[in-house]
Amino acid sequence: MVKLIIDSKNVTVPEGTTILDAAEKAGIHIPHLCYLKDINEIGACRVCIVEKKGMDKLITACNNEVEQGMEIFTNSPKVRATRKANVELILSDHDCMCATCVRSGNCSLQKIANDLGIVEIPYKMIAEKNRWDKNFPLIRDASKCIKCMRCIQICDKVQDLQVWNVSGSGYRTTVGVMQNLKIQDANCSLCGQCITHCPVGALRERDDVGRMFDALADPDKITIVQVAPAVRTSWGEGIGLYKEEATLGRLVSALRCMGFDYIYDTTYTADLTIMEEGSEFLERFQNRDKYKWPMFTSCCPGWVRFVKSQYPDMVENLSSAKSPQQMFGAITKTYIADKLGISPEKIFAVSIMPCVAKKYECDVENLSDAGFGQDVDLVLTTREIDRMIRADHIKADDLKEEEFDDMFGVSTGAGVIFGATGGVMEAALRSAYFLLTKKNPDPESFRRVRGLDGWKEAVFEIEGTAIHVAVASGLGNTRKLIEAIRNDEVKYDFVEIMACPGGCAGGGGQPIHDNVEMAESRGKILYGLDRTANLRFSHENPSIQKTYEEFLEKPLSEKSHHLLHTNVNDWILNK
Amino acid sequence: MSRLDIKTRDRAQTVVEGLYQDLERRIIASPPGLCPVDMASSFLKLCHAQTCGKCVPCRVGLGQLQHLLDDVLDLSDDVDLDIIQLIEKTAKTIRDSADCAIGTEAANMVLRGLQGFREDYIEHVTNHRCVASIQNLKQPVPCIALCPAEVDVPGYISLVLEGKCDDAVRLIRKDNPFPIVCALICEHPCEARCRRNLIDAPINIRGMKRYAVDHCGKVAIPERMPDTGKKVAIIGGGPSGLSAAYFLSLMGHHVTVFEKRTHLGGMLRYGIPSYRLPRERLQEDIDAILSAGVEVKTDYDIGSGDSIQKLRDDYDAVYISIGAHTHKTIGIEGEYARGVISAVEILRSMGDDTMPDFKDKQVVVIGGGNVAMDVARTAKRLGAKKVSIVYRRRRQDMTALPEEIEGAIAEGCELLDLKAPARIKSTKDGDVECLFVKPQIAGEADKAGRPRPMDAQAEEECIPCQIIISAIGQATVTEHFEQYGIPINRGNIVATRSSGIESIPGIFAGGDCVSGPSTVINAVAAGKVAAANIDNYLGYHHVIECDVEIPAPRHGDHPPCARVEMKERLPGERGGDFGEIEKGMTEEEAQYEALRCLRCDHYGLGVFKGGRVKKW
Repeated sequence: MVKLIIDSKNVTVPEGTTILDAAEKAGIHIPHLCYLKDINEIGACRVCIVEKKGMDKLITACNNEVEQGMEIFTNSPKVRATRKANVELILSDHDCMCATCVRSGNCSLQKIANDLGIVEIPYKMIAEKNRWDKNFPLIRDASKCIKCMRCIQICDKVQDLQVWNVSGSGYRTTVGVMQNLKIQDANCSLCGQCITHCPVGALRERDDVGRMFDALADPDKITIVQVAPAVRTSWGEGIGLYKEEATLGRLVSALRCMGFDYIYDTTYTADLTIMEEGSEFLERFQNRDKYKWPMFTSCCPGWVRFVKSQYPDMVENLSSAKSPQQMFGAITKTYIADKLGISPEKIFAVSIMPCVAKKYECDVENLSDAGFGQDVDLVLTTREIDRMIRADHIKADDLKEEEFDDMFGVSTGAGVIFGATGGVMEAALRSAYFLLTKKNPDPESFRRVRGLDGWKEAVFEIEGTAIHVAVASGLGNTRKLIEAIRNDEVKYDFVEIMACPGGCAGGGGQPIHDNVEMAESRGKILYGLDRTANLRFSHENPSIQKTYEEFLEKPLSEKSHHLLHTNVNDWILNK
Repeated sequence: MSRLDIKTRDRAQTVVEGLYQDLERRIIASPPGLCPVDMASSFLKLCHAQTCGKCVPCRVGLGQLQHLLDDVLDLSDDVDLDIIQLIEKTAKTIRDSADCAIGTEAANMVLRGLQGFREDYIEHVTNHRCVASIQNLKQPVPCIALCPAEVDVPGYISLVLEGKCDDAVRLIRKDNPFPIVCALICEHPCEARCRRNLIDAPINIRGMKRYAVDHCGKVAIPERMPDTGKKVAIIGGGPSGLSAAYFLSLMGHHVTVFEKRTHLGGMLRYGIPSYRLPRERLQEDIDAILSAGVEVKTDYDIGSGDSIQKLRDDYDAVYISIGAHTHKTIGIEGEYARGVISAVEILRSMGDDTMPDFKDKQVVVIGGGNVAMDVARTAKRLGAKKVSIVYRRRRQDMTALPEEIEGAIAEGCELLDLKAPARIKSTKDGDVECLFVKPQIAGEADKAGRPRPMDAQAEEECIPCQIIISAIGQATVTEHFEQYGIPINRGNIVATRSSGIESIPGIFAGGDCVSGPSTVINAVAAGKVAAANIDNYLGYHHVIECDVEIPAPRHGDHPPCARVEMKERLPGERGGDFGEIEKGMTEEEAQYEALRCLRCDHYGLGVFKGGRVKKW
């Protein structure tokens, strides 16, 4: 153990502890900006500098280890003056138009500058000029970038895609797309993890709020919105609600306030996905030789983009089932339109997603099969819907709880857990068990695939047949898993992949909390909803049963194939 | 006011003089990967500050050039490619019309840049960034980047500081299986751009390594990876061949080294005198390498194209690392007289423990490289009455390391620079009688910036001698390989950057036989590159790594201080024997020097990109 003194407090910590962690242990919070625990500990911003007694040069607390007997001052006159000056320098290289920034109020730089009482910047403003394709789902504003390098590190260390890299040299050093490429050509998965780990507003999703308000204002459009499972865990975070206040009923109510005509639950098509994908798995399983193994889930477009660019020869392994979002779109402009007695051309189909890649997915040409423009016209992230609630000055905590609109708001616990890593696998196994044995398993039978481990595996026996499954979240973990499959180190039948660590709960379209990973706590909410749900099997969803009865006939029917399945090989990646 | 004053420097002038020195050291410490256009712009600003302000091209033109360069670099300014023409035109105007060198030379620097890195100018104008090849170099840890084998220098220095010399050697072996050899005789390119130059002087990196190998005890090599059943033949047991053998053997391949001579080591044994590299120290490295399971066949000459084919048939891959062991001729009248010998021959026979007798002879050595110094000092040790080193350029143009030249002079060798050998006069019996040289003057600089020697138009001088040793370079015996179809260019084997021979899959080559005579660390690096690519060729991707934990840096200020130099035995004491000259650092010295290391692996960009390479 190492003993040291921080601001005249005695602290004892294990060897190898950083000064920052040692101070935190003593209840002293040293301000920091570029630091991202375990990911970015490079001492770039020089905000966490502290003074070591007997040493002239200040040292960064985030990436320097404690030494026996050292005395540290986190607020000496020298530290105070230097830290403030460094923040002033950062501000001089940053577009400080906070009023027009999506991160205003949730910006680490803004907070530190405010905390330090900076009221003017004595330097010339030198922020970089921004050049970016504003139509791409991922937007980088160079003028706001503070070169903390977190985006580079997340993309490299967690997602293993290296889309971002250091670019320029000397004082023009900045973040650029790898190998001088345009972002469209860089094989970005659009997971959005760089966005949720940016401390300022330099990275964000393309803002489609304006288009949404226009559609709501258009009397000729009927707006039909679907809400993804993971959104219910997080939508309140961006508008300052407590977890208990931010119920699904209040979100429905807020959407109705804004003027959405029909409000449905993506969970319905999550159940539909299970029916199609589960049946497809059984079909493949019973005709093993005709297919490449393992079968991969296909509901995460970040993952689909990844596999298309990194392992194109394995696209065939993907289930042909569309994602719940796209199934909802296809059903909306056919069956639902018919049920509601409205004309499909008039429908403006919207989805609210915890995801940036979904904005790409809805635009993929050969995913629109209903025949009335795009099956899903617009995707909004959780963050955008929060901004809309604020723009419409809706006091969500005062709203009454309301229900989804009839029939397509009916869901099961199986559909709800789609939003967490392992959830798709668990839901699929529950129904696969039924399809094989004609009886329901204990819904908790497959819980071994839950949890935040990046790569989980399990073997389940269903009527004497062993099914080897694996679940990975985060693309770095995914790459390891795929490499292991390709090197014949592991063999699986069914593999679930979600691009974001922890699954959609930790999605790149979710509200941002600097230096806090939320996937686990949000995932627990989903599993809680599943545990208390009346229905916990996709095949028991009465709306699903009715949909097959009245419209689709049966899983993998011709109609299903036309509307609910896709050939991922035909998706165009870069446009 | 007095009529004349003694010139004195005021305080400001004195301080500026000091700053000039700081800047000189700073330029020395420039790491690879800096933006060349940015550098050109910065140099220009310095040049402009030097203008006297009299003539227009210099006073106004250099300033305008600066603005143009800044426009090229500025990320937020929209310019088109015409700006490059304007820069060129302006620079030519300044070059051709400025009144003095302050202006003309500043413009010349810009013009040289426009020629040398025009594509970077274009990339900046069109895409607002450096070309990818420069971006990829992005400010690495200087010592690691400049080491051809990329040895983890800050890593092992920090281990020396913590007294873990055995771990230091383990870490070095990850990239270089010759830690002892390099501790003793490496030319240490790693020191050239050491960031410590910014404060005082580079770390004595070789000295640190020397301390580690002198204090590590016997350090076992890592465990061999599982057997692959693949067979690799290596032709030539010098530093390159043995490095490849070591890594390939660790990777689990069966390696056989075919060595033409009686002992392994190549130039390390047959080219470097033992007072610099004692044989038993060389043997320690070789023994460690062989302990990886390398099979050795000495006195085995791969004599013909047929036997090369046989090796190809019998082995899965072949690495040619035969070095450069034959001498070049001097090309002057009388050079076949008795008593004219090549440095290579002398050093080779000494490698097999046959000492020539130079007792009371006058010896002339022709050449200015390290080998020339080696043979001169060797001749002295073999009893020569007088040793003269004859070189046609100036002392400062010699390619030998300054410390080698100083060592030779200290031991009593005489240096005759600016003397071009003209002819050799022999006795009636055909023995050397004297060497005639023509005095030279240093003329205009060649492309590399070294002044060309020019005939001084003075009388020939006669240097009486009985022995003339030519040390003007070595060459490779490529005949058999050429017959076999291996491409040869200017006497060297032609191999790709990944050591392969184009058009002959499975045959690789590296070291002096590809690069021409070079340093041990370049040979080691070639062996490492070959090992990696041969492994891939054989269908594997074995990873070489080292699990030694690198200590965290100690927190402290870095005030300027002196660099620890290694001591040598006194010239009078050492000049007569072949015992080792150099003495390693004491513990105190090693600690002091290790603490000077700025740990660029932790501070600066090293902690982010371009830092430690943990495996390859």
